[in-house]
Amino acid sequence: MSTNQSRRDFFKTSATAAGGLVLGFGWFSSEAFEPGVLTKAAADTIDFNAYLAIAPSGIITIYSPNPEIGQGIKTAFPIIVAEELDADWSKVKVEQSPLDTKKFERQLTGGSGAIRHSWERLRKAGATARAMLMEAAAKKWSVPVSECSTSKGFVVHSSGKKLSYGELATDAAQITPPTTVKLKDKSNFTLIGTSVKGVDSKAILTGKNLFGIDYKREGMLNAMIQRPPAFGLKLKSFDATEAKKMPGITDVVSFGNKVAIVGKTTWEVMQARKAVKIEWEKEKDLESSADHDRIFKEMLNSTTATVHRKDGDVEAAFKNAYKVIEAEYQCPFLPHSPMEPMNFFAHFKGDSIEMAGPSQTPQNAQNQIAKMFNMAPEKVSIELTRMGGGFGRRLNTDYAVEAAELSSIIKAPVKVTWSREDDTKGGIYRPAVRYRFKASIDKAGNITGYMLHGAGMNAGNATRPDNFPVGAIENTLIQSNDHKSPITTGPWRAPITNFLAYAEQAFLDEVAMAGGKDPIQLRMELLEKAQKSPIGKLTYEPERFREVIKLAAEKAGWGKKKKGVYQGFSVYFSHASYVAQIAEMANVKGKPVLKKVYAAVDCGIVINESSAQNQVYGAIVDGLGHAMYGNLTFKDGAPQQDNFNKYRLIRYNEVPDIEVHFVKNGIDPTGLGEPALPPTGGAIANAIFKTTGKRLYNQPFAEQGATLG
Amino acid sequence: MALFNLKINGKTYKADVDANTPLLWVLRDHLDLVGTKYGCGMAMCGACTVHVNGEATRSCVVPVSNVSNATITTVEGLSETGTHPVQEAWDEVDVPQCGYCQAGQMMTASALLAKNANPSDKEIEEAMVGNICRCGTYHRIHDAVKLAAAKMKK
Repeated sequence: MSTNQSRRDFFKTSATAAGGLVLGFGWFSSEAFEPGVLTKAAADTIDFNAYLAIAPSGIITIYSPNPEIGQGIKTAFPIIVAEELDADWSKVKVEQSPLDTKKFERQLTGGSGAIRHSWERLRKAGATARAMLMEAAAKKWSVPVSECSTSKGFVVHSSGKKLSYGELATDAAQITPPTTVKLKDKSNFTLIGTSVKGVDSKAILTGKNLFGIDYKREGMLNAMIQRPPAFGLKLKSFDATEAKKMPGITDVVSFGNKVAIVGKTTWEVMQARKAVKIEWEKEKDLESSADHDRIFKEMLNSTTATVHRKDGDVEAAFKNAYKVIEAEYQCPFLPHSPMEPMNFFAHFKGDSIEMAGPSQTPQNAQNQIAKMFNMAPEKVSIELTRMGGGFGRRLNTDYAVEAAELSSIIKAPVKVTWSREDDTKGGIYRPAVRYRFKASIDKAGNITGYMLHGAGMNAGNATRPDNFPVGAIENTLIQSNDHKSPITTGPWRAPITNFLAYAEQAFLDEVAMAGGKDPIQLRMELLEKAQKSPIGKLTYEPERFREVIKLAAEKAGWGKKKKGVYQGFSVYFSHASYVAQIAEMANVKGKPVLKKVYAAVDCGIVINESSAQNQVYGAIVDGLGHAMYGNLTFKDGAPQQDNFNKYRLIRYNEVPDIEVHFVKNGIDPTGLGEPALPPTGGAIANAIFKTTGKRLYNQPFAEQGATLG
Repeated sequence: MALFNLKINGKTYKADVDANTPLLWVLRDHLDLVGTKYGCGMAMCGACTVHVNGEATRSCVVPVSNVSNATITTVEGLSETGTHPVQEAWDEVDVPQCGYCQAGQMMTASALLAKNANPSDKEIEEAMVGNICRCGTYHRIHDAVKLAAAKMKK
């Protein structure tokens, strides 16, 4: 494979002060830039995108632009560069780049999109450097480049002589970068697809200060912020007389609807916080969970739904049906509960501000902070720390913006840390939602009509209008209503689909049974239909869908009688990846107990086998844990759960056996941070039905008798 | 405020703090030992686990005055370079995703293994159930505890 690369999309610089080659790559560049001399010390002053550096010692530094949240991107990106560079991985050093909107595009963690977005550019980055090193060696030896090859950090001549990348780095810096570069044949990958340990592992396991909450600066103060205890309340007044007298406290200030307690240490701030007397007053409706139940039902019975997709005539299909199946599914609000609570460091300096912390969208934070202070965005620097999870919570910038605002008020460097209670009660939740499904079947059990009506909160459209089985059915209608709630909501790992997948896959199970079809058979028939004669727009590839289904069925022995084992099936396409899952349950004294989950995954080429396995296991455990236990309820606008004693997360003794298989199809890689989560709830619910004959329409399952471990 | 001489990781640290300050915040804010993590502040998640006289202890609920004469070990004290068998096992199994809870997980596991060189699956479960991993790396934690036990036997 040979790809064109514009001259301006890539440039090199001369040797560094210490010698060696520093290569700059316009991995994401679409703008003009000016090449310049780059030294490591001055790296951030050069107007270019991402880069890698090769030192004369042979050490290769690869800079990873995207924020690391546990998805393994800080290891995966460099693997791709190193593969095409033919680097010796043991000589590769990875460093996290700070936010730099001039060098990078899409420097964010979200939508399982980083690898998909950057695959080609990362490969070119490595391949271009490799070509330059080969040319430098050929010149040195006075031989044609065609007689040279590379292997693990060396350029090798056909005669057998070789030079290391470190030895060649300075000369290679003088080579004009090629405009076209040949990428490796995928069958020749030696690093991609192997198991590579996380590049931060050693630092994590020895307790180094990697995370935002660990961030410290000379003279830094610590702060905690009291935000309204219920959604719909605003600050009326506060009295900090006592709190200000307490040891270590330097300030108590109010901004927005918040009161910030600032002091020397976290614990002192926590104590003083209790002594601040605050009065709140009602600003908006104070909603309770019972209100939501009522509002959902009203919306589903209203005639004002927004139609998102319509194929054929679903009403006629229902009228002429042999049988009509109807069901409603509902889930509660969920907080994200990352183990590292929200936090951010800010140091306001008048005409600029320095920020550091865990953010999935640092550029958004930069823009908002710049706007708040009427500064140019480049006056807001953001250092990216490793994130102790996020699950979508850190796609929001509220906690960074408030730290910036606080620093500007107290005119001091400050780190704002959220307590667990703050984090759980602080909002931007996965919103509750209720779905109504209706399907018609003919005598043979074939689906003739399919309707999905979503009742969401702050979701805009609570559906995914093009989801399978849409595209395989002549008559479909996908519509939704939305309620504007004062409870703040936002993306949560696999937004919308984290619950919609369960509802869709459980409903399809119901439809299959009503029509006397095996659940897998029904899906395979629909997919065959979608492939041969798709109805309307098709956003998924039926063939890839069918392959993961086949793989999961084969590995789990679907349809083969296993004594005392009840299987439930689910398959889902999200974030450009396909995942099928089969859950196996046992009936223990009338209770369904989960024993094993099989997963078949098509995310195209797997970059890092160990990390990919870890992601899929984790996503299944996450999907399982929240389907079983996740439940944030409200009374008069106030969240009723605030810490892990009341809000239950899945634990060590509750995970079933998991077996993960990847489809090996050589297709360019897609996402893996989210796609394995959505199918889990459906597989479990369908297995529960097989075990007990009881169909679960609401999450969490544990409150309806399902058990783990 | 009171002055405490704390024996941590084989060294003596001085901390001038309120006697009620939890050990967690003394470690993190006063002594720059930030490997021990804050997760819940109520001994529900295990992220703050350290060893106090060899016992796995939730440092977020232990006042510093209770441990002024104790021998304390934090993740930094397992070994600075990652050569403790538990750290090696965690690395070899490639356990971490986000990594935030793993110090606490390792401290719980290492306290278990120091007392019980050959724990059964049930004993491992009983020890590890108090440590939450939000990324869901429990399977690998299990494998790593087993591997660490094997390493310690050698």
